[in-house]
Amino acid sequence: MAKRILIADDEPNIVASLEFLMEQAGYEVKAVADGNEALAAVASFRPDLVLLDVMMPGRSGYEVCEKLKGDAATRGVKVVMLSAKGRDVEVAKGIDLGADAYVTKPFSTRELAAKVREMLGE
Amino acid sequence: MDDERVRGRLAALFLGGCVAFGYPVLAAFNVTGTVFGLPVLYVYVFGAWMALIALVAAIVRRRD
Amino acid sequence: MLHGWVIVVASAAYLGLLFAVAWYADRRADAGRSVIASPWVYALSLGVYATSWTFYGSVGRAAETGIGFLPVYLGPTLVAVLWVVVVGRMRRIAHAHRITSIADFIGARYGKSASLAALVTVIAVVGLVPYISLQLKAVSTSFTLLTAYPDIVMPRDARAGGVLGDTALYVALLLAAFAILFGARHLDAAERHEGMVAAIALESVVKLAAFIAVGVFVAYGLFDGLADIAARAAADPRTRELLAPVEGPGGSYAGFAWLTVLSMAAILFLPRQFQVAVVENVDERHLRAASWLFPLYLLAINVFVLPIALGGLLHFPSGTVDADTFVLALPMAERQQALALAVFIGGLSAATGMVIVETVALSTMVTNDIAVPLALRFGRLRDGGATASTLLAIRRGAIIVIVLLGYAYFRFAGEAYALVAMGLISFAAVAQFAPAMLGGLYWRHGTRAGAATGLCAGFAVWLYTLLLPSFARSGWLPAGFVEHGPFGIAALKPYALFGVGGLDTITHAMMWSMLANVGCYVAVSLAGRPDAATRAQARRFVDEQDVAASPARPALPLAALEALLARFLGAVRAREAMRAPAAGLLEHAEAQLAGAIGSASARVMVGSVVKDEALGRDEVMSLLDETSQAIAYGRALEQKSAELEAATRELTAANERLKELDAMKDDFVSTVSHELRTPLTSIRAFAEILADQPELAPEKRARFIAIILKETERLARLINQILDLAKIESGRAEWHVEALDLAQVVSDALASGGALAAERGVRIEAQPVAGPVVVRADPDRLMQVLLNLVGNAVKFSPAGTGQVTVRVGVRDGLARVEVTDNGPGIAPDHHALIFEKFRQVGDTLTDRPQGTGLGLPIARRIVRQLGGDLGVTSRPGAGATFWFTLPLDAREAEAGDTRAKEEAWPSAS
Repeated sequence: MAKRILIADDEPNIVASLEFLMEQAGYEVKAVADGNEALAAVASFRPDLVLLDVMMPGRSGYEVCEKLKGDAATRGVKVVMLSAKGRDVEVAKGIDLGADAYVTKPFSTRELAAKVREMLGE
Repeated sequence: MDDERVRGRLAALFLGGCVAFGYPVLAAFNVTGTVFGLPVLYVYVFGAWMALIALVAAIVRRRD
Repeated sequence: MLHGWVIVVASAAYLGLLFAVAWYADRRADAGRSVIASPWVYALSLGVYATSWTFYGSVGRAAETGIGFLPVYLGPTLVAVLWVVVVGRMRRIAHAHRITSIADFIGARYGKSASLAALVTVIAVVGLVPYISLQLKAVSTSFTLLTAYPDIVMPRDARAGGVLGDTALYVALLLAAFAILFGARHLDAAERHEGMVAAIALESVVKLAAFIAVGVFVAYGLFDGLADIAARAAADPRTRELLAPVEGPGGSYAGFAWLTVLSMAAILFLPRQFQVAVVENVDERHLRAASWLFPLYLLAINVFVLPIALGGLLHFPSGTVDADTFVLALPMAERQQALALAVFIGGLSAATGMVIVETVALSTMVTNDIAVPLALRFGRLRDGGATASTLLAIRRGAIIVIVLLGYAYFRFAGEAYALVAMGLISFAAVAQFAPAMLGGLYWRHGTRAGAATGLCAGFAVWLYTLLLPSFARSGWLPAGFVEHGPFGIAALKPYALFGVGGLDTITHAMMWSMLANVGCYVAVSLAGRPDAATRAQARRFVDEQDVAASPARPALPLAALEALLARFLGAVRAREAMRAPAAGLLEHAEAQLAGAIGSASARVMVGSVVKDEALGRDEVMSLLDETSQAIAYGRALEQKSAELEAATRELTAANERLKELDAMKDDFVSTVSHELRTPLTSIRAFAEILADQPELAPEKRARFIAIILKETERLARLINQILDLAKIESGRAEWHVEALDLAQVVSDALASGGALAAERGVRIEAQPVAGPVVVRADPDRLMQVLLNLVGNAVKFSPAGTGQVTVRVGVRDGLARVEVTDNGPGIAPDHHALIFEKFRQVGDTLTDRPQGTGLGLPIARRIVRQLGGDLGVTSRPGAGATFWFTLPLDAREAEAGDTRAKEEAWPSAS
């Protein structure tokens, strides 16, 4: 069964590129553009991994991550945080909140794909 | 009220006081006679004195 | 009933009360809740000017000369008019330089001269002996008189009873003891004696009350009111003369005038007056109230003097009762025991107040300006032998000696004089300080030599024309000395020098002594130049420059410095820091402090501590009582540390603000970097995809390439705008402001923007305007604004049916442009949001506009920079109108064309 990836980012072009990438890699993809929608989508779509942008309307990526990792039901979902902020303090914050990985934009598509594969255990 | 004006008025009052208690004016009041039964000179001196005090009080009284 | 012991007990009780008040006030002062912080107390404390002289002597004088007793109070009244100015300056200078006496003041003014201060002290002590003496005479006479009740017996010559039987001696010792109790219990570096001041203020009230009581008694008890006294006096040949003296009040107009002038000097330069008026003053604002309260007090206490005098003359057969005693004798004659006792207490009060304050002031001078320098010169103090207790002992000893000197004078010369005459001799002595003091305050060219010569000359003349003759009058010097001059030289007759006779003794003495004093002061000063120290002090005294500086002791910057360091670094580190070698101590301290509060602040703090202790030249004075110095510096340090704490708080607050600004800057930077990275992300991602997948479907390729291009443009636009904004906000943008026609610019903008509009199918309509609208602006920037507004309007108008209207005109005296679209409108809560950097409004995935979020903020910034404002009017569903205003070019406004354009302006939407 194909793994499911949820993409949460408010920039349509980035979403487009991520969608293409993930679909190319054979995953089932859903995209949302808002933090609250992201939480709802996790509940309904039940992804294996979430590509989570930090700066989103509704709830920020940090809040979403915290929520996901705080709930036993969703703790198993892998979270990859994407952010244009690359300062150490931001990365540390992400990791502290339970993110499994933190990627700064602009990212390398190859590297991102590799990381996703790795995290999904393939 | 700024200091300059206050000082000026005080200086003027001081000079006025000197004149009021000085020879010419004092001599003018140095006459026998009474005002309300009191000697003229006495009334004048104490009256001028009180006036001086009242004027000083008025000048130094700030409007605050 | 009025036995001696009753009087003694009553007196003791009263003095005990005074002491209790003083003690209480001192306690309150130590607790920081000063009792004397009231202008009333200050004004009443000035009432110490009224002594037994006022209480008993004035009546005596009035009985001889009518209203001639009064100049002594008119002088102070006139000076009180200028109180705020003159005493204000003296006070400021005295407090700034920690001057605690007249001798200090004069010595400090002329180059911190110890010898000058000593000279002033000598003159003061000698000059005031007659005055103290008169207090003793008054108290002992009134005591003797009262104990003889109900008989009225004029006290016999006290000398007949020998020294030990002399009441006056015991009075002297008692007063000395009280002076010590009130003013020399301990040392106070600032010479503040709050208890003493409180007691003096109370004492002023008591003597005023007592005197008025007698006055009322005489006027309305013995007679039928003042008019009655006047009428009877006019009828009686003895007293008629007094009502309107032929020769002028007091016997001569000249005398009256000189006496007024003399008392003007006295109210300022009597040591006790200087003490209460300047040294003990706690608040400069009190001076204002004093300038009318004090003369009012003097008036009140003098109203009944002439009535009592006349009453006494009328009541007692002539020659039987000494006029100086009328105040007491009249109640006694009428068997008013309580009143008589009250009067005695009042007189005692007056005398006590004078003696206490005067001797405290004099002993301060003697200790600080004679005893200590002498002891230093003879090596005692240099080894640190001086302690607080030694100085205190000297102080107390001085008080006792001075009072005994007063007693001695009383025995040698006191009998021959009426009370007032003795007082006037002292007045003439302190008047000698006037040239040096007033010159010191208002004349820059006075030199030390000039002041010294003037003082010596004046004092010498005073000695010769007043003090010596007073001994002759009492028989201690041959009478021929006065009558024929020394060795028969007529020209040197003490009361008629150089043949100038016919004046009363005081006037004569004043004339010559002032001539000598002022003459020498001015001549010698002008003949030389003030030395550097005097010049520096002249600047501080006359110009009141640099008033904060104070003479100081070399050792103490260390203590202040250590305290400063301790404040910020803690006591341990401060002590460590102070162990640095003396040469580099200041730098080291500064460096340490810089660690805590920054180097600039550290430099300022250390500098201010050091500057305050500017090294003085006077090493002799530098060894002066370290104990009391420590007290003074403790206080100064407390004040400094309070200031430092305030400064730290300010620095912390400033630091907070800086951090906030820093955070804001960080925010901006991170937001900008976020905004820039976002398009970059898409660009990179799609570029990588295209590179990795050459077999990609062509339509996908085309799409991705299009996205890359669009994002590149977006990035470029963003970068340009950010740079633009940065330039404008930092003020580095170039503005080419010129007069231009707004209407023309608008139509140019519409021409450019028309392409985009046509693409979307949006119609642009420009409303015509009558005539040019001239504003002063930068044409490119203005274009930028218009393009932004028009572009936004087009972007947000619905495609196909969009309608954008642009209006230009004048309204309310300003040029105005409105751009209206019929798009979805903007909710009122978003009105402020859209002007924030990088903020855009609209549902993000669906109508996300291809903008940067910077256009409007930049546009508004530009318009505001040009002197106008930019805003929006809109409701959801009703389109949006963006408007901006600019000030009209001045000439245009004058030309009056505005009226036409205002009328052309359609009604506001």
